[in-house]
Amino acid sequence: MDKLHLEKHISHQFDVDLEELKSQALEMGGLVEQQIIDAVSAIEHGDSDIAERVIKVEDDIDLREVALDEACTNVLACRQPAASDLRLVLTVTKMTRDLERIGDEAHKIAKMALALHESADGLTGYEEARHMGALVQRMMQQVLDAFARFDVEKALDVAKADKQVDREYKSAMRELVTYMMEDPRSISRSMNILWTLRSLERIGDHARNIAEHVIFLVKGLDVRHSSIKEMERQLNKR
Amino acid sequence: MKDNTMNEPTDNVATNIEENAFSGQTVGTPLCDDAKMSMRNVNVFYDTKQAIHDVSLDIGKNEVVAMIGPSGCGKSTFLRCLNRMNDTIESCKVTGDIKLEELDIYHPKQDVVPLRARVGMVFQKPNPFPKSIYDNVAYGPRIHGLVNRKYDLDEIVESSLRRASLWDEVKDRLHSPGTGLSGGQQQRLCIARTIAVSPEVILMDEPCSALDPIATAKIEELIAELSQKFTIAIVTHSMQQAARVSHRTAYFHMGKLVEVNDTKRVFTNPEHELTEAYITGRFG
Repeated sequence: MDKLHLEKHISHQFDVDLEELKSQALEMGGLVEQQIIDAVSAIEHGDSDIAERVIKVEDDIDLREVALDEACTNVLACRQPAASDLRLVLTVTKMTRDLERIGDEAHKIAKMALALHESADGLTGYEEARHMGALVQRMMQQVLDAFARFDVEKALDVAKADKQVDREYKSAMRELVTYMMEDPRSISRSMNILWTLRSLERIGDHARNIAEHVIFLVKGLDVRHSSIKEMERQLNKR
Repeated sequence: MKDNTMNEPTDNVATNIEENAFSGQTVGTPLCDDAKMSMRNVNVFYDTKQAIHDVSLDIGKNEVVAMIGPSGCGKSTFLRCLNRMNDTIESCKVTGDIKLEELDIYHPKQDVVPLRARVGMVFQKPNPFPKSIYDNVAYGPRIHGLVNRKYDLDEIVESSLRRASLWDEVKDRLHSPGTGLSGGQQQRLCIARTIAVSPEVILMDEPCSALDPIATAKIEELIAELSQKFTIAIVTHSMQQAARVSHRTAYFHMGKLVEVNDTKRVFTNPEHELTEAYITGRFG
């Protein structure tokens, strides 16, 4: 079943309900994506205003998670969706959870930005944060696009990109550890950078989870805990 | 023959989906290794109108197979072939092979009475005989000469009523009329009557469509229990019911068998787009 349609139900209201779930999830995704951009920018430019804003918006994301969960529960209870409709509702509930967690990570990064802002001086690591930030933000953008278009290829690209984020994280960590060993006075600040990178790496993992949900939505395949090769093999089999 | 419930909103599905959307080749797993009944290339005609087109399907031993599809898709017609219920319709002609284990049930010399003792049927509307509860259940064993002694008959009546989960509700009024029971109880009485002759296969033609949700839940519970001992084929308009009670689900569309798959598969990730359109309540 490659062709997914949200519309064309005999019940028009059902079409509306599902379309609403999808657009609300995308809206939440857009908000979370902006949070990543803002949080990374707050770190990069030491901008406490942007950091404060990220912290404020986090509440809105939490509320959206609750509202979306409720909307999904209603569709399950009232419509008993099956097949692709069921997979859409399940995908939205799982995806919402990942989006909320991404929001949490952006919130953490914003807090680091505030801490770093107070003790700002020339410190290494900003470049890595900017670089990894750009990577995960692109993943986020792609995975939302994959969800919006039910695009499996794009979802697979996101899963692949997560590998790169992991590699970047490892090398940045090695660099920061060397830096801390050379100059123990920088440890506390370096740790803040390290936590930031860690949060970005986690965001990458959540984006990959969402990509896996999209593959489940479109193909009905559960590719969690599979390697990229395994995923490709399963997708080609269909 | 027509389905009794023509007022379903899904009627339009059959007319709106273009006929060429289905190639004619059933997808999924229509056949199985351990078949109790096997149907091959079955065609059914009412005069010149063809109601079933080249359907092949196995029903496994102790398996529950649900048949779903829009009204007029031929699922009831197909079910009625399995114990030659269509024989009563003058214009109806059946071709192809239908076997109960090794027995060719459409063999010219095959008597339908013993066949229907082996392949029992439960209908949409509960239809107890205007007799006592006891006599309703005892009827089959009596006419088939299954018992000689009153004691044995009592035992069959009790065990059938127990297996139909009705015993506790009627044990104190076995000699009151069966028609005095509630709808759900009447349907369970009919099931008890069917199993009293120890059939091997039970055909159910929308057994819950005249029942309330509680009675429906009881029948569904019963189907799960009965499948330990019997093989069951059920036609249902309730897709949730098919999802709950069956092991495999067969989707019929305009007299053709479109897809047969594990029920879980059909309701989470169906293989054919017509199945998807039907179970999600969409036009094609």
